[in-house]
Amino acid sequence: MTFTPTELEVEGAAGGEVVREGAPVPPPASGRRVARAFLRDRAAVACSVYIVLIVLMAVAAPLLVKISGYGPLEFDQDAVDPNLGGIPLGAAGGMGADHWFGVEPGNGRDIFARIVYGARVSMLIAISATLLTTALGVVFGLIAGYFGGRVDMVISRVMEFLMAFPALIFMIAVLSALPAENRQILLVLVISFFGWPYLARIVRGQTMSLKEREFVEAAKASGATSAQIIFKEILPNLASTIIVMTTLAVPGYVGTEAGLSFLGVGVVPPTPSWGQMIASSVPWYAVDPAYFLIPGAFLFLLVLSFTVLGDRIRKLLGEGTA
Amino acid sequence: MTDTLLHVRGLTVGFPNAHGPNEVVKSLDFDLERGGALGIVGESGSGKSMTSLAIMGLLPKGAKRTGSIEFDGAELTDLPERAMRSYRGDRIAMIFQDPLSSLNPYYTVGTQIAEAYRSHRSGVTRRQARTIAIEAMERVRIGDAAKRVDHYPHQFSGGMRQRVMIAMTLSMEPELIIADEPTTALDVTVQAQILDLLAEIRSDTGAGLILITHDLAVVSEVTDHLVVMRDGDLVEQGPAERIFTDPQAPYTRMLLDAVPRIDDEIGLLRTLPTTEEAR
Amino acid sequence: MIRFVANRVLGMLIVLFLVCLFTFVIFFALSPDPAVQICGKNCTPEAIDQIRANLGVDQPFWTQFGTFLSGLFAGRAYGTGPNAIDCAAPCLGYSFQSSQAVTDMIVQRLPVSATVAIGAAVLWLLAGVAGGLLSAVREGRFADRFIAGLTLTGMSIPNYVLALSLQFLLVVTLGWLPFPQAVPFSEDPLQWFQNFLMPWIVLAIGMAAVYTRLTRANVIETLQENYVRTARAKGLSPGLVWRRHALRPALTPIVTIFGMDFAGLLGGALITETVFGLNGIGKMAADSITKNDQPVIMGVTLLAAFLVVVGNMVVDLLYTAIDPRVRVGSSA
Repeated sequence: MTFTPTELEVEGAAGGEVVREGAPVPPPASGRRVARAFLRDRAAVACSVYIVLIVLMAVAAPLLVKISGYGPLEFDQDAVDPNLGGIPLGAAGGMGADHWFGVEPGNGRDIFARIVYGARVSMLIAISATLLTTALGVVFGLIAGYFGGRVDMVISRVMEFLMAFPALIFMIAVLSALPAENRQILLVLVISFFGWPYLARIVRGQTMSLKEREFVEAAKASGATSAQIIFKEILPNLASTIIVMTTLAVPGYVGTEAGLSFLGVGVVPPTPSWGQMIASSVPWYAVDPAYFLIPGAFLFLLVLSFTVLGDRIRKLLGEGTA
Repeated sequence: MTDTLLHVRGLTVGFPNAHGPNEVVKSLDFDLERGGALGIVGESGSGKSMTSLAIMGLLPKGAKRTGSIEFDGAELTDLPERAMRSYRGDRIAMIFQDPLSSLNPYYTVGTQIAEAYRSHRSGVTRRQARTIAIEAMERVRIGDAAKRVDHYPHQFSGGMRQRVMIAMTLSMEPELIIADEPTTALDVTVQAQILDLLAEIRSDTGAGLILITHDLAVVSEVTDHLVVMRDGDLVEQGPAERIFTDPQAPYTRMLLDAVPRIDDEIGLLRTLPTTEEAR
Repeated sequence: MIRFVANRVLGMLIVLFLVCLFTFVIFFALSPDPAVQICGKNCTPEAIDQIRANLGVDQPFWTQFGTFLSGLFAGRAYGTGPNAIDCAAPCLGYSFQSSQAVTDMIVQRLPVSATVAIGAAVLWLLAGVAGGLLSAVREGRFADRFIAGLTLTGMSIPNYVLALSLQFLLVVTLGWLPFPQAVPFSEDPLQWFQNFLMPWIVLAIGMAAVYTRLTRANVIETLQENYVRTARAKGLSPGLVWRRHALRPALTPIVTIFGMDFAGLLGGALITETVFGLNGIGKMAADSITKNDQPVIMGVTLLAAFLVVVGNMVVDLLYTAIDPRVRVGSSA
């Protein structure tokens, strides 16, 4: 397959560098100590700042576009040269006071506006997919790990099947066959459908080892129900694992959304998405490199930030287990 | 003057960090005669394992070793790594606690037994190495050695694996064998057999033995001299018999009290049928 | 051992069957009517019905699925009478848009995809293992941290961004490589090699980053194993300790993961092939998405699934050959 596998899948395939299946669960680290160590880590802080900026940019998109003066769908034929096949006028893809990041060749749409609105799409899809995947992964992982037996067998088989499946090409196939309406919701559903087993597998393993521990035995002896044990005793102990896996899932999904949009099965035009912007820049890369460099840089930095952040959080929370 | 094989003076091992030297072995002195048997006893964290690794020159990264370790007249602490390597496995051999994880799962036991021999002697053929491995296995009484030489560690039981570990040390006829908790991971009945084997090998080959354990019952049988350690300090040392009958330090007395009816129990164990061999 | 293999093969067949069923259901439910596509513009409802009957798409789901499965093993014909289109086994479907059997289309493009996959795999395996080993040896030092930075970058850069950047830098700006042109190896080996160089690099970088991390983690973990300490206690030289006792256990899992990744890549690198205009299976799939040529997409999906599942099994069996713990069961 063409995409770099997400961190989740890599860890899963490797048997886990993060948290091995059934590995002893690390004791919850003290929140304040972790926070202090985090703030001392310059790379982690820089990444968080970038992510926060992108989120703010996404939230404030309509406002930013008002300030910059051009909407994401507005054509500006004055900014391109009709004699040269629509190449932006001016240096570096038409960057200047008018169009901060230049314009798209051909139709002259403002790249800044499209980046800002594209951030909305990317973040929204990646974060929703992560939330849904986490929810599914945690629930099924807990159920399989806690109840074991036949329930575990069924869930495990389904997970194996989904993981053996060439998820990416199948996502492409499904999305290409589905109607174009509600594409963003469909993207989230399809990504999550294939994504949850990677988290569920690890949650299952840890649940299986946690359920043998004394405090769970004690809770059982004092008459707690299964639901109480799962949510009050086991789930809190899985918190750091879930945080790490979630942070590592986001960059994978940002990349997946962009990749699917790049291939034309993701977000449908004219709604802007970074992957789709890069796709439409392909015919122009030689004459107008700014057109692919700008969304490319934004996308790369976002994925990088999340990946580095995930790595750092894992080191902070999992000291001694990794 | 007796013939001293190992002469340790002021041995100190520390893991220096921002908070201080962090010493786990503090200025330890002891001697071992050629062919003698010394027990180093202490609870976990007493520094006994670090002492053995210090003698082998196999301390983990970040450890700092000072003091003197004289082996057969040579000062080991002065030796460069390459020279130290010629001692390891050849003249000083070591048996570790957990035989399963101490054996590489990817190679047959025969390969691993002959490995030290092949690396210390040049021009050993495959066939010779195999013969040596089989001989060593026969000496530690692993039945059907000619066949089992080609088996992998996971195909052996715990006690048999420890026999393989012991066989590993034999091929080079070392002058000193250090056994670090060799019986801890084993069943009680198997423990006694392994201890018998160690004692037998010592009397057969004349090798010196350092037996490191937390269990006084274990050393009582095999060693003639004892070193008792606690938190890196030497608590007391002396002839084993004297320490058992007349312990000087309160800590030693406490350790002794924790071992009920040593003589009875060992005697009983030794008369038990050898289930290990019967397998 | 034989039972283990038999079990494994049976499991694989079940998964393959489920993959076929799953894929078929999706496409059965979602595909546009092929009859409409064939019929063209001047079409009457009667004509459509007739084509439908002819193709068998008016049949119930299970009948169609049965025809599809038997087509995989024995071949099938689309339509009846003199105009029937023959599709030989293994028939993955028929593209009415390009009037060609999907299997033939795939076979034609397989050499390009295989070339891309093999070159990239060699690159990423070498770079990944070498980088990981270097990192592990220099753990915590400058080289390790430098490589860690590189791997994070390599993992984070989307390959189409990398492809465009490389192409812009190496071809347009620096002129080190010529513009890609489709030439067979026999005609112009140099141009052929230069054409594939960038796709190889682009595909390899992300994977190499992943393999570097895996190798590093495995080697560091293995070096802490007790048996490595045993080996040192025997007086083995550091080189021997490394080669015999650290590398083999550390690299064995990597071989197995490599098998699966490689199998996945054989089914076509969609983005890379598209960006570089290489006429492989991936580009064909991407083009079919644009053209909405469903039989081709389905065929490629099935092929990819087949490769991954079979790759998985081969790796499993291979693993039994390299890891004695799996090969010979416990006898004690």
